[in-house]
Amino acid sequence: MTERYPGYNVLNKRNSVSWNEQTRAVIDARTGIDPDFHRFCDEAEWKALRALCDQIIPQPADRTVKVPLAAMIDQKLYSGKGDGYRDARLPEQDKAWRLGLAAIDTEAVAACEKPFSDLSNDQRRWLLCRIQRGQVSSEAWQDLSPATFFAKRLLHDIVSAYYAHPASWSEIGFGGPAGPRGYVRMNFDRRDPWEAAEASPGREDRARRENERVG
Amino acid sequence: MWDESSPRAVNGRAPDVFRPGAWVPMREYPEDKAVDFAIVGTGAGGGTLACKLAEHGFSVVAFDAGPYWRPLEDFASDETHQSKLYWTDKRIVDGDNPLQLGANNSGKSVGGSTVHFAMVSLRFRPEWFKSRSKLGYAVDWPLDWREMWRYYSEVEQALKVSGPLRYPWGPARPRYPYRPHELNAAALVLAEGAEALGIDWTPTPLATLSAPRGLAHPCVYRGMCVIGCSTNAKQSVLVTWLPRALEAGAEIRDLAMVGSIEHDTAGLATGVHYQREGRWHFQRARNVVVAGYAIETPRLLLNSASARFPDGLANSSGLVGKNLMVQSNQAVWGVMDREIRSYKGPPSLAITEHWNYADDGKDFHGGYCYMSQGPLPIVWGTTQASKRGLWGQDLLNAMENYNHQVGLKIVGETLPQERNCVTLSDERDQYGLRIPRVTYAFCDNDKRLIAHSLRFMRQALEAVDAHDIWDEDDDTCHLNGTARMGDDPSSSVVNADCRCWDIPNLWICDGSVFPTVGGVNPSLTIEAIACRTADRIKAMARRGELSRS
Ligand SMILES: Cc1cc2nc3c(=O)[nH]c(=O)nc-3n(C[C@H](O)[C@H](O)[C@H](O)COP(=O)(O)OP(=O)(O)OC[C@H]3O[C@@H](n4cnc5c(N)ncnc54)[C@H](O)[C@@H]3O)c2cc1C
Ligand code: SF4
Repeated sequence: MTERYPGYNVLNKRNSVSWNEQTRAVIDARTGIDPDFHRFCDEAEWKALRALCDQIIPQPADRTVKVPLAAMIDQKLYSGKGDGYRDARLPEQDKAWRLGLAAIDTEAVAACEKPFSDLSNDQRRWLLCRIQRGQVSSEAWQDLSPATFFAKRLLHDIVSAYYAHPASWSEIGFGGPAGPRGYVRMNFDRRDPWEAAEASPGREDRARRENERVG
Repeated sequence: MWDESSPRAVNGRAPDVFRPGAWVPMREYPEDKAVDFAIVGTGAGGGTLACKLAEHGFSVVAFDAGPYWRPLEDFASDETHQSKLYWTDKRIVDGDNPLQLGANNSGKSVGGSTVHFAMVSLRFRPEWFKSRSKLGYAVDWPLDWREMWRYYSEVEQALKVSGPLRYPWGPARPRYPYRPHELNAAALVLAEGAEALGIDWTPTPLATLSAPRGLAHPCVYRGMCVIGCSTNAKQSVLVTWLPRALEAGAEIRDLAMVGSIEHDTAGLATGVHYQREGRWHFQRARNVVVAGYAIETPRLLLNSASARFPDGLANSSGLVGKNLMVQSNQAVWGVMDREIRSYKGPPSLAITEHWNYADDGKDFHGGYCYMSQGPLPIVWGTTQASKRGLWGQDLLNAMENYNHQVGLKIVGETLPQERNCVTLSDERDQYGLRIPRVTYAFCDNDKRLIAHSLRFMRQALEAVDAHDIWDEDDDTCHLNGTARMGDDPSSSVVNADCRCWDIPNLWICDGSVFPTVGGVNPSLTIEAIACRTADRIKAMARRGELSRS
């Protein structure tokens, strides 16, 4: 697939008036997360979590610095900061994740005699589809509903982590932080010079040139 | 950045919300001397009431469990970081349609949920105040729409609401104080669709500045309203009613969580127990007002149960916590060939209230409006994942259309049902208080309304040539009910003046008092009720009708 926003990097706006000091501090901390650092997960959980993140968000192979999804989730789980409500069908988030990761490994071993992280991409996808549809029944889930865990916890947390990262904003052409500058051109097909330029077929170079000027 | 761990409103001063690092003077009241009013919560209901009562000359202390922000120095342009504005203490949700709370609908800040609300400022349709007698469903309010019309004007002025010159629906209303905002492409899609289907639409009346006001600048269209406005264009309670309240002599206690309301042997309220800086305190008061929003209000009343009131305070009707009403918040989404970039501007710049005012062609009671949308990336990503079940390459492909997606989303009426309720769980929170369990299920009427809206909005998107159209069919927003007002002590918790039937010096003034919700966002109505309540209290005080304890 060709890139929609060639050459666009939302971080080029970091020193512009689209970012205030508070925002710089918050995003710097996030982009500075060590991708290998984990305190919540033990080694087995960590391997499963990383493999899971790769499957839910397959990051472009040519991306030099990958969004450290597993480390972001580990950090959230370690901090204990919740969403403000818990579906009565699920335990607390830390417990749900521990149970869920163990159960996914158990399912992988039962089906393919290997932990989840050692499965091929096709096997991983096959297993995750079954979990999403609730078609698994190992004892390891205890009273956790696999489909509910998949939709409300696993997808929710991994996808939230990804779209909190500037790399994803550059990918989808989002303007990113916007205070105090904001925007001026609001109509159809209009962009401010500090927004991503979309490539139309055959005119990728032009978009790339415009994106290099974004700042 | 301030770490929000210790209160800011202390030592005779409160943060100046308009200037980084600055302070404004604040009067302080001793705990052992009864103030006229102790108010629990400083959001749409409590903050407005605190201002109006202080301006009427009463001594007021208003408590909020949340921090006291200076938006200019404390807010980042970041969805994750700004979750610090949300009420994220433990809560349990269940029922057929378990609610998503937190970010979606409750705030924990001085200024309440209005610090991260979307600023849509709508009046009720007049008939909704008498929906049983005039429209044949649910219950009547004990309020008259003509009186409310005057209070709506007062609030619109106080917030300098920006709106259209002519509002297409309902009885005449005064001109909006500030001009309407420019429309973004997402709003223009709504307009084109409405015109194609032959119904009216309008720029949405919004509580964000379209011209300068004092130290606050006009909206810069950064589109991050629901994570807090870092420019102060948003006219939240924090930057409107509360500066006025301080000037009129009210005290605001931030990071102060009220755990229970105390009463004497005569059954009158005597004050509130609250936790601040890790210690429990007691503030004496001649009157107590509960304004914690539709979950925390019933929770506090239930958590204040005593030997004399074993089922909780103000609960002789058995209705405290019952009739919780959300608003349905379903959407139809599609992809346009044209670039939309809906992240620019306030998220809901255009609206149609057609189905609030049209009564023909409906197979349900009640109404809905729908508005244009501008979801930020995390909200949009999790919507694709949890509502459509997308992940892997499918998710990334769908997300690539971010700048081309459009959506129409309703705020729909749901009917009051006693089975939808807030009760206490045995689990406890960080303050040692029992946490709420929130039970919710749509009824058949709610489902018919939703189905109607999804059909209609799909036509509206088809009419503008959107493609890849899909329905998001299970979202909800706003929380109301749980301590309804009425004319009869056996079927309501408070009277028209927000005064509890059982305890005459206990008042409830927030979204909990709504007997029905209508099909518009609630905060303008909550603030109008608070203004009315303050005027009624002033009149009662003059006549010697307030109790003395
Ligand atoms: C994302 C979002 C968008 C919204 N958009 C709109 C919109 O566009 N238009 C609209 O009209 N409405 C909107 N709303 C809804 C609106 O914000 C609420 O309906 C309104 O603020 C409710 O007012 P309230 O006074 O009942 O409660 P709140 O404004 O929530 O205030 C309650 C306050 O009480 C405090 N509190 C609770 N319990 C205690 C306690 N025990 N001790 C101390 N303090 C306590 C809380 O910390 C909170 O600050 C939106 C809400 C959200 C979350
Ligand atoms: S769009 Fe306007 S109101 Fe919303 S956050 Fe930005 S400046 Fe504030």
